[in-house]
Amino acid sequence: MTRPRLTLPEPGLLSGYDPAEFFCEALSLRGDGEAELAAIAARLNALDPEDLRHRAARAEKELFDLGITFTVYSDKDAIDRILPFDVLPRVITAGEWSRLEAGIIQRVTAINLFLADLYGDQKILADKIVPADLVLGNANFHAFMRGLKVPCGTYSHVCGIDLIRDQEGLFRVLEDNARTPSGVSYVVENRNLMLQCFPDLMEDTRVRAVDDYGLMLRRALEEIAPAGVDEPSVVLLSPGIYNSAFFEHVFLAREMGVPLVEGRDLVVENDRVYMLTTAGKAPVHSIYRRIDDFFLDPKVFRPDSMLGVPGLMDAYRKGNVSLANAPGTGVADDKAVYAYMPRVIKYYLGEDAILPNVETFICREAEGLKYTLDNLEHLVVKPVGESGGYGMILGPKASRSEIDEFRAKLKADPANYISQPMIGLSVSPTLTTKGTQPRHVDFRPFAVTGASTKVLAGGLTRVAMKEGSLVVNSSQGGGSKDTWVLAGEGQ
Amino acid sequence: MSELLARNADCIVWLARYMERAENLARILGVAETFARDRAGRNWLAVVQINADEERFFARHRVADARTVPHFYILDPDNPNSILSSVKAARENARTLRPMISIEMWRQINRMNTWMGGLSANAVAPANLVALCEEIKEACQLHVGITEGTFYRDQAHYFYHLGKSIERADQTTRLLDIKYHTLLPRPEDVGSALDISHWNALLKAVAGYQASRRVMAGKITPRSVAAFLLFSDSFPRSVILCVRQMDWLLTQLRSRYNLRGGVRALELLDGLRAALTDHTIDQVIDHGLHEFIDWVQAQLMLIFAEIQESFCVSRQPQASQSQ
Repeated sequence: MTRPRLTLPEPGLLSGYDPAEFFCEALSLRGDGEAELAAIAARLNALDPEDLRHRAARAEKELFDLGITFTVYSDKDAIDRILPFDVLPRVITAGEWSRLEAGIIQRVTAINLFLADLYGDQKILADKIVPADLVLGNANFHAFMRGLKVPCGTYSHVCGIDLIRDQEGLFRVLEDNARTPSGVSYVVENRNLMLQCFPDLMEDTRVRAVDDYGLMLRRALEEIAPAGVDEPSVVLLSPGIYNSAFFEHVFLAREMGVPLVEGRDLVVENDRVYMLTTAGKAPVHSIYRRIDDFFLDPKVFRPDSMLGVPGLMDAYRKGNVSLANAPGTGVADDKAVYAYMPRVIKYYLGEDAILPNVETFICREAEGLKYTLDNLEHLVVKPVGESGGYGMILGPKASRSEIDEFRAKLKADPANYISQPMIGLSVSPTLTTKGTQPRHVDFRPFAVTGASTKVLAGGLTRVAMKEGSLVVNSSQGGGSKDTWVLAGEGQ
Repeated sequence: MSELLARNADCIVWLARYMERAENLARILGVAETFARDRAGRNWLAVVQINADEERFFARHRVADARTVPHFYILDPDNPNSILSSVKAARENARTLRPMISIEMWRQINRMNTWMGGLSANAVAPANLVALCEEIKEACQLHVGITEGTFYRDQAHYFYHLGKSIERADQTTRLLDIKYHTLLPRPEDVGSALDISHWNALLKAVAGYQASRRVMAGKITPRSVAAFLLFSDSFPRSVILCVRQMDWLLTQLRSRYNLRGGVRALELLDGLRAALTDHTIDQVIDHGLHEFIDWVQAQLMLIFAEIQESFCVSRQPQASQSQ
C-alpha cells in the first residue's frame, strides 16, 4: 500500500516527478507535519531549474575549493573527490524525529549495556539470548577488555545507526555502526553549503541546527576523562593525511577545538600518555581515536603498526587515559549480532525496539541458510565482516550466473553471511541530468554518549545517484543531501 | 588549545618557507628575461645556478634557455624546487594544519594548487611568462594578506614568521651572490647601460627598485646595491631585517610561551647579526662577498636545524622536506 502524497501545481520543478510505488521523502504523507511538508514542497517546486543547476554547480565548486573531499588512491595518483552533493534537501518532520530520537537513544543504551555485559559477567550469553560463540569467536571481541571498568560505563561513544525507510514509510534499522562511524562532517558542511547557496530556500523554515556537534562531542570526551582530572586534555587521533577520511578528522578536531594528533605525536611514560609539543611533553586524558583497534598499540595488536602508540593500552588499562570508542565495540555492530538486537534491547531494557530491524536470516543457522538458499533471487545477501557495500549480492537484480556463483560462495562459508528481503528504499527528489528524478536514500543519524546519549538533530542522508540503484555508499558513487529535521513546538 | 604539537610547528615553518620560496622564484623568473636579453640567452643559466640545480637541470635539458628554464622552475612536477612543487608541498602542510589555520588560508592555498596543476606548457611560453609570474606572485601575496588578516596570533603565528624570515634571508643572499659572480660584467661593461639594467632588474626582482632609487639617490653601484640587500634597516627583504625579525620571534616564543629550547639558535643569530652590523660593505667585498654570503647561508642552515631540533621533533621522523 502506498501512502497518499501531496499534489503540487504544474508546471514546476517536480512536474513529471514520479516516485512510483516507493515512499517519497518530500511528498508522501506520514501523519505528521503536513502543513510544513507542503510549504517546503511548494517552495522546492517553485525553483527555477536553470537557476538551481547554476547554484548546484557553485556548491560543488565550493566543496572542491574547501577540500571537503575524500581521497581515492589509484596505482599512480591520489585523487581528491568530493562526495556528490544533491541540493534538494530531505525533510524529517518533528513527530518523526522524536520517535527516531527515542529509538536511537534506546538502541545505543542497549548497545552499551550489551558491551558492558560482554566485557563483564556475560549474563546474556549465559541466558542464551545471543549465541556465545558468535561473540567469543568474533575477531573484534578483545578478551583483555574483560573486567575493565570504563568511565560512565560507555563503550560506544559515537554511534551511527543506519536507517532505511520501507514502502510504507516505516524507518527500520539496517546496520549499527558502533566503532568509528564516519560522515558527520558532511552533515554539518552540507548545511553550511545550503545556507550559503540557498538562503532563500531556508528562510522561515524551522530547521534544527547541526553545528553544535563538535561541542557535543567535546563535552562527551570531557565527561569520560579519567577521574580526578580537572581540565581534561582532549585530542583526536588520526592515521594521518593519507587516510581517506582525513577531511573528517580535520573537521572534528576543528569543531572540537582540540589538537589533531597522529601516533607519532604521542608517547607513553609510566603508563601515562603525553603529546610532544614545542614546549615538551603535555599530558593527554581523552582520545577520540579514528584508528582501528588493531592499529592502536603495536605492543598489543599488530606489531607492524606505525600508526599507533606503544604502551597506549597499558595506560588505558590503568585508567590514565580514556579512549572513544572503547576497543572491542566491533563485537556489537557485527552484522550477525545485528539480527539479535531486538532481543538484546528487550533483555536489558524490558522494552520492545522502537525502531524495528529489517527482517534478517542468519546463514550460520541451518534454518536461515536453507531459507536463504531457497530464496536467493528475492534476497539481499551480505558478508558479515565487510563494509562499504562490498561483497554483497542483490538477488532481484542479479543474473542467473551471478546467483549461481554466489550460491557456491555462500555454501562454502555460510557463517559469513546474513540475508534480508530486498527493501524498496524510500526515494527523494534529486537533481539529475534528466531533470528532477526519484533516487533512493538512506539515513545515518549520529548519537554521542558520555554520561548520557545525545542525538544530533540531523544526519547523513546518502543518495544513490544512479537511476534505480539501491547502493548509496560513497565508495560506489553515492552522494549526499542536507537533512532538515523540523523543529517541534517549543524547540 | 594553547599547546602546539612539535610536528605542527614543523609544518607551519615549512608552509611559510614554501610559499615564500614560490614567490621568490616567480620574482626571479619574472625578471630573468631582462638579464637574458642581451647575452644570447646565456643568463637563463643564472637562475639554475642561484638554486644550485645544475646537476638536476642538465640531467633533463641540454641547454638553459627561455623555454627550458621557466618550464623547469614553474611546471616541472619532478623538480622539487619548482613553483608547482613548492605550492603542492605548501598545500600538503596546510592540509595537515587545517584544524589550526583559518578556513580562508586553506581555501586559497587549495585553489592556488588546483590552478597551478591545471596550467599548460603554453602558460610559460615567452609571451606569457611575465604575466604568469605576476599572477603567481599575486597569489602568494594573497596568501600573505589572508594570513595577516586571519591567522590566530599564538605560537603557530611566530613559527610561521620564523619560516618566512629564514627563507627570505636565504633567497636574498642567493640572488645577490649570483648577480655578483655569475653576472659579473666584463671590466669594460662596468657602469654601462647594460650593467645598470642588470642591477635594476635585480632590484625589481626583490621589489627594492623604488626604495633603492630614493635611498641611493641615483648612485646605483654594485656596492650600494649589495649594501642595500644586506644591511638596509628598512627594506623588508634585506638580510639584516630578516635576522632581526627571527631574533625577535624566537625571543617572544621563549618569553611568552615559556619554550625552553632555542638558546643555541639565539646565539647563532647573535653572531650573524654582529657580522652584518659590524662590517661595512667595503670590508665585506674586500674580504670576498661570495665567501661572506656562503657563510651567511651556512649560518642560516645551522639556525634552522637548531630550531627544528629544539621545537619540531616528534616520535618518528616525518619524511624530510627539502632545504
